[in-house]
Amino acid sequence: MRYELSHLRSLEAEAIHIIREVAAEFERPAMLFSGGKDSAVMLHLAVKAFWPARPPFPLLHIDTGHNFPEVLEFRDETVARTGVRLEVASVQQAIDDGKLVEETGPRASRNQLQTLPLLEAIETHRFDALFGGGRRDEEKARAKERVFSHRDEFGQWDPKNQRPELWNLYNPRHRVGEHFRVFPLSNWTELDIWQYVEADEVALPPIYLAHQREVFLRDGMWLAVGPYVTPAEDEVVEVRTVRYRTVGDMSCTGAVESPAATVSDIVAEVAAARVTERGATRADDRASEAAMEDRKKVGYF
Amino acid sequence: MELLRLATAGSVDDGKSTLIGRLLYDTKTIFEDQLASVEATSAQMGTEYTNLALLTDGLRAEREQGITIDVAYRYFATPARKFIIADTPGHIQYTRNMVTGASTADVAIVLLDARKGVLEQSRRHAFLASLLGIPHLVLAVNKMDLVDYDQEVFDRLKSEFRDFASKLDIGDLTFIPVSALHGDNVVSRSPNTPWYEGTSLLHHLEEVHIASDRNHIDARFPVQYVVRPQSTEHHDYRGYAGTVAGGVFKPGDEVMVLPSGLRTTIASIDTADGPVEEAFGPMSVTLRLTDELDVSRGDLICRPANQPRSTQDVEATVAWLSDQGTLSPRSMYAVKHTTRTVRAMVRDVHYRLDVNTLHRDEAANSLAVNEIGRVTLRTTAPLFVDEYRRNRTTGSFILVDESTNATVGAGMVLGSSQPT
Ligand SMILES: Nc1nc2c(ncn2[C@@H]2O[C@H](COP(=O)(O)OP(=O)(O)O)[C@@H](O)[C@H]2O)c(=O)[nH]1
Repeated sequence: MRYELSHLRSLEAEAIHIIREVAAEFERPAMLFSGGKDSAVMLHLAVKAFWPARPPFPLLHIDTGHNFPEVLEFRDETVARTGVRLEVASVQQAIDDGKLVEETGPRASRNQLQTLPLLEAIETHRFDALFGGGRRDEEKARAKERVFSHRDEFGQWDPKNQRPELWNLYNPRHRVGEHFRVFPLSNWTELDIWQYVEADEVALPPIYLAHQREVFLRDGMWLAVGPYVTPAEDEVVEVRTVRYRTVGDMSCTGAVESPAATVSDIVAEVAAARVTERGATRADDRASEAAMEDRKKVGYF
Repeated sequence: MELLRLATAGSVDDGKSTLIGRLLYDTKTIFEDQLASVEATSAQMGTEYTNLALLTDGLRAEREQGITIDVAYRYFATPARKFIIADTPGHIQYTRNMVTGASTADVAIVLLDARKGVLEQSRRHAFLASLLGIPHLVLAVNKMDLVDYDQEVFDRLKSEFRDFASKLDIGDLTFIPVSALHGDNVVSRSPNTPWYEGTSLLHHLEEVHIASDRNHIDARFPVQYVVRPQSTEHHDYRGYAGTVAGGVFKPGDEVMVLPSGLRTTIASIDTADGPVEEAFGPMSVTLRLTDELDVSRGDLICRPANQPRSTQDVEATVAWLSDQGTLSPRSMYAVKHTTRTVRAMVRDVHYRLDVNTLHRDEAANSLAVNEIGRVTLRTTAPLFVDEYRRNRTTGSFILVDESTNATVGAGMVLGSSQPT
C-alpha cells in the first residue's frame, strides 16, 4: 500500500531519529557496545543515521574479562570496519586496582561488578549520554523506562520520578555531572531484532548460530566449559549442538540447545519460543524477580 | 506488517490489566517463565485462579502497594500486525500519565465496567483521547459476564456514551462487549453475545485502517542534524537529516527553507541503503539541496505554496504535568517544538477546562498539575507550527522548566481561526 511503512522500517526510523537527536543535543555521547546482537543492531542503526559520515561518538565496552573470544574478535572487526573509536572500561583492571572484590563460589559472576567501571568511565570521559541496547520487552522494570532515561550524579535511576515523554520530543536537559541513558531500541522485541538482522544482514558473532560445544547442565541452563566456569563433580560434561540467545559474561550466560544454523532459522525459532531470552539464559536475572530493578537503580545498564 | 500504537485507559478495577494480560496470553506473547512467575505469585497471594493482571504489574514498588504508578509498555504481534501498548493507570495522575502514554497512539481503548456504566473517569479518558488526537477510540464494555451478557445493558451504555462523545472530536468510535476474565470477544467472537454483530477486539485492532491517519498532504521536514562527512571521499557532501513530519518529498521538488524563506530544489533523498524516490512520514532520511544554503538544526523545509504558520504568538491547549508550581502568566519556559528549542513567556491563560464536564472556567488564570487549559505563549523566536488536529508533529510542543529541567507541560497548537 502507498505511504505505508513496515513495522521494521518504522522501528528503524524511530531509532535513527533518537540517535540523531542525541548527537545533536548532547556534547559527549557514547554508545555502549557489548558485541551482542542488540548493540550490533544499535551500531548498525547509528551507521545508517549519519551515513555517509561516521557516527559522531565513540563506543564504550564494559569488559568483564569473562568474554567469549568470538565476541571480542567480533568487537575488534566491527571497530575496524566502521572506523568508530572504541573505549574499554575493564572490570579486571578495577579488581586488580583493589576497587572491586571478586565474588567467590561456583556461581560467582562479574555481572554486578560492571557498574563501577561503567560509572568511572562516564566520569573520566565526562560522557553526558550513553546509548544502551535495552529493550522494554526484556524485563518488567525496563517496560517502564523512558527512551531518554535520566541518571543523577551517582548514576542512579529513579523510577518514580521520570520525566513525561511525549510525541517524539525528548528533553535532554541535565545538570553538570548528571547524564542520560538513551535506549533507541526501546520498542523492539527479540523477534524484531532477529527479523531486522535478517533483513539488513547485520553482522553478528558466530556464537548466536548453532555450533557444537562442551557444555553441562546447571540450574536448567547449558553452561559452556571454559576458563571461567568449572563443572562441579556431579555435573556431567557433554558435547551438544547449542547456540546463545544473549552474550553476556561467559560465567553466567547459558546456551540453548538449538539446530538453528542460519539467521532465518533463528527467526523461526524465536517466533515459536516459549521462554524469554533472559529467563532461558541469564542466571543473574533468575535470582530474583526484582533483580533488574535493583541493579538499574544503582546505575547498571 | 504494520506497527500499531495502542493506549489503554480505564478506572481502577475495570479490568484493564486483565484485558492486557488476556491479549498477551491469547496471542501467545506470554512466555512460560513469565507465566510460571505469575502463577507462583498468584498462589502466594492466595488467589484461586492465575491472576493475568500480574503479568502487567511492573515494578516492585507497585507490587508492594498494589498499584500501577506510571506508563508501562507491552508488545505483542499477530500475523497481521505488531502492537505496542502504552498501559496507563487511570486513577492517580491520570492526565499526566495518559498524556505521556498516549501522545503517539493510533488507537485508544477505554474500558468500562458493564455494571457501573459510564463514569466520570470514562468520560475523562475519552476526552483526553480526543484532545490528543488519537484517531480511533474503542469503548470496551467489560465484565459482560457479570450482567449475563445482556444486550440491553450494552445498548444503554452505548447510547449514553454516544451522547457524550458527540461533544468531542472523535473520528472513529467502536463499541465492543467483552469479558476480559473469560475471554469473550477479546480474540474471537463469543457465543455468549449472539446479538453482537461486530468483530472481536483483536480483530478490530488488526483491521482498523491507520495508514491514512498520517498527514500526507502538507510537506514538513524539520532539520534534525546536518551531515557533513570530514572525509576525502565525501568532501563536498552536505545533507540535512531528519524525520518527515508531514506530506511527501520527492527529488526535484521545489522547496522553501524556514526561517530564511530561501527557495531551492531537492537534489536527492539519501539513505544508507541508497537514494529513494519519495519520502513520507515517519521515514528518517537525509535531504540534499541543489543550492548551497545556510541551513541548520531547527530549520524547517516545506513547499513554497504550503507553509506552516511562522509565529511568535502561539495559541495552544496545554496540559500541565508538574506538581511543583503552576503555569501562570509571565512565567518563562524552554519550548521544544520539532527540532527547535526557543524560550517563551506565558502571556495569558484564557480558561481552564473541566475534563469531566468540558466546562470552560474563564475566571481561572493558572493551571495546576493535571489541569488543562487554553494558553497564549510569546516565543523569543518564531516557531513553524500547524494546528495539532492537522499535524500531531508540527502541532505539538513540550514546556521545560529551566531551573529544574523537568518537562512540565504538553502543548497542542490551536488554529489561528479558532475564537479565543
Ligand atoms: N467477572 C469478571 N471479572 C473481571 C473481568 N475483568 C476483570 N475482572 C476482575 O476485576 C478485578 C480488577 O481487574 P484488574 O484487571 O486488576 O483491573 P484494573 O485495575 O483495571 O487493572 C479483578 O479481580 C479481575 O479478576 C471480567 O471480564 N469479568
